[in-house]
Amino acid sequence: MKGYWKYFRKKIIWFLITFVAAVLLNFVLPRLMPNDPVAAITGKMAQGMTDATASQRIYEQYAEEFGTNKPMIEQFFIFVKNLFRGDLGTSFSQYPRKVSDIIASSIWWTIALQLPAIIVGWLIGNVLGALAAYVRKGFDKVLLPLSIFISNIPAFGMAVIMLVLFAVRLKVAPTSGGYNYDMIPNFSWKFVQSVIAHYQLPFWSIVLVSIGGQAIGMRSMSIYELNADYVKYARFLGIRDSKIVGYVFRNAMLPQITGLAMSIGTMVGGALVAEIIFSYPGLGSTMLSAISGGDYPLISATTLIITLMVLVISFLLDIIYGFIDPRVKAAQFD
Amino acid sequence: MKNTIRQIFHSSKFVAGFVIFVAILLFILLYPLFQPGNPLEMIGVGTFAEPGTYVSLYDSVTAPSETLNLPDAASNRLASVLKEEDRAKMAEYLVAVGVPSEEIDVADTEALLALWEKHYDETARPAGMTKATRNYYKRLNQSLNSMGSGSELSVVEQGEGGEASTIATIGSSDYVNVRKVPNRKTLLLGTDNFGRDVLKELASAAGTSVVIGLIAGTVATLIGLLLGLLSGYLGGFVDDIIMFFTNIFTVIPSFVLLILISYSIGQDQRGAGVVALVIGLTSWTWTTRSVRSQVISLRNRDHVNLSRLSGHGLFRILMTDILPYIASYVVMAFILQVSSGILAEAQLSLLGLGPKTTEVPTLGLMMNWAMLYSAHLNGSWWAYFPVILMITLISFSLNLMNTGLDQVFNPTLRD
Repeated sequence: MKGYWKYFRKKIIWFLITFVAAVLLNFVLPRLMPNDPVAAITGKMAQGMTDATASQRIYEQYAEEFGTNKPMIEQFFIFVKNLFRGDLGTSFSQYPRKVSDIIASSIWWTIALQLPAIIVGWLIGNVLGALAAYVRKGFDKVLLPLSIFISNIPAFGMAVIMLVLFAVRLKVAPTSGGYNYDMIPNFSWKFVQSVIAHYQLPFWSIVLVSIGGQAIGMRSMSIYELNADYVKYARFLGIRDSKIVGYVFRNAMLPQITGLAMSIGTMVGGALVAEIIFSYPGLGSTMLSAISGGDYPLISATTLIITLMVLVISFLLDIIYGFIDPRVKAAQFD
Repeated sequence: MKNTIRQIFHSSKFVAGFVIFVAILLFILLYPLFQPGNPLEMIGVGTFAEPGTYVSLYDSVTAPSETLNLPDAASNRLASVLKEEDRAKMAEYLVAVGVPSEEIDVADTEALLALWEKHYDETARPAGMTKATRNYYKRLNQSLNSMGSGSELSVVEQGEGGEASTIATIGSSDYVNVRKVPNRKTLLLGTDNFGRDVLKELASAAGTSVVIGLIAGTVATLIGLLLGLLSGYLGGFVDDIIMFFTNIFTVIPSFVLLILISYSIGQDQRGAGVVALVIGLTSWTWTTRSVRSQVISLRNRDHVNLSRLSGHGLFRILMTDILPYIASYVVMAFILQVSSGILAEAQLSLLGLGPKTTEVPTLGLMMNWAMLYSAHLNGSWWAYFPVILMITLISFSLNLMNTGLDQVFNPTLRD
């Protein structure tokens, strides 16, 4: 157990470091740019205003509210202090709603959609990939190019195709939203039904996109492992095939977990854009409306939340990895 | 070198990907030569004109005509004019007067009209039918009769003084040879929401997107290569520093950085080149990691040690003793970077953070406008489907090439 603790402690420290770096970047990047966000907002607000002192006053008021008239360091501490209190500022485009309220109302949609979709896609993809490596014949000629093709359809493209096919043409699913537009979220059976109906298309389009890539990765990993010396040795010893396949699967699985941890950011990004196609009420659509509304506090909050989500998922994957991979424990005794 | 290239072109996957990619490149390069002109020119006034050949109505009136008596001209004409809802109404009437519904096929115009002629009676009053509905059927019957009769149309020109003079009368059996009409335009993929020729725009957009991918890929690969070489070869403190930042930027999604930077740059400064540069600057971590691990396995090889003992400098060792051994990995990483760069541009554009719209079309911008004008909901497939297909094909071909190379350089993966 001691070896694990050492591993976890290292991972926790890394998690904290990346978290601080993410917050820092989220704070610094927009402020490094030559454009003053407050000036941009004032410009928008003061359009058509002829009185120069009035727009000057608007500018000062916003500068005060965002604290951009204070030195950088002080701004950063205010930012961090507010962050710890869960205060992410006030939205421009949905004034006077608090940014944290908007995020709170959309984040669960995104988590409930993407987490199961990515896990299901990953599992199906890995099983298919391992099978493909075991069977080889036939798969390599037809199914491999096909799955490469499907995995190269961008997530938003898959979303549009599914939408047109199933919602517009066949009319078996609703076209947009997370529930019927004439409903108010509650826990009635009817509402749950509507949510499930709206869930299908976004869910399956994310699953379909992730299957292909995972299957291809798992296939090459499994082929690599099947040719490894320990497999040949195990065959020599006369160990049953099913047992060997178990070993191979476990060993090929490990890089796939690391791969998932490393590509989770890209996958979440693609899935967020797919959300937009379905006008799903998650973070993707929130981000789109924030960008089109020039809603600076909301943009920086959504990016921060997404980063945090990705960080937590990769941290959890690292922890799981530590439990599964025996080499991690062994490494601690070096 | 020659042997390697021959080996690469033996891989069927690489060749397939290569052929698709070259075909796309040829389309990008050659299409503008055959159809010159500004791809952003708005030729249509309405939105989403359907694909097909457009013949000037104005010119065809005065173009020399021939008389052709084609047997099914009248019924074809009726079939194209008769709307879905009129057909449904006709079927409703027929059911009301007692025709069994399985005999009625609304898609078969001729049978429907025959049934209609047999059963329609102006004076009949089917049970439960209001006067307004009966009047509707009366009008429908009249227009059906007039369409079938083939009465002539007169084209009237309005003179300067406002007096009208007939310049042509068109009978129902007059035909114009399409080649005699001076103005016609074939729009293979129709027009988009601005009335721009989609095919022409697609050729130009695919070109821009490939260039964006190439710039982003080059920037990312150069940064990744440099950092990976230094970190892997030098080790120690430099390695620690570089890997510290690489690890941080691997976990923080590049997608998020891309959004933050693109938003901060602002719409006005965001040209296609700037977007490409930003994509490249946020996606080097993968290359750094893989180059570093390759270099670590190489740095204690005998030929590197020998070179070090001979007093060669750092730059020379990296360039002549290490780079050639990892070149294949770098090429493969570059190919993947190009394809993910194209995808990143498309996703940014869909969020409204793409290159500014007025200068050049990109695949992402085309997609974004099609979505903003709900092309996917109103059935204008030509505005979005070719774009999705183009992005998929480009990245498919690049990935096929990559897989092919992988199989050549990693013999365990070979068939």
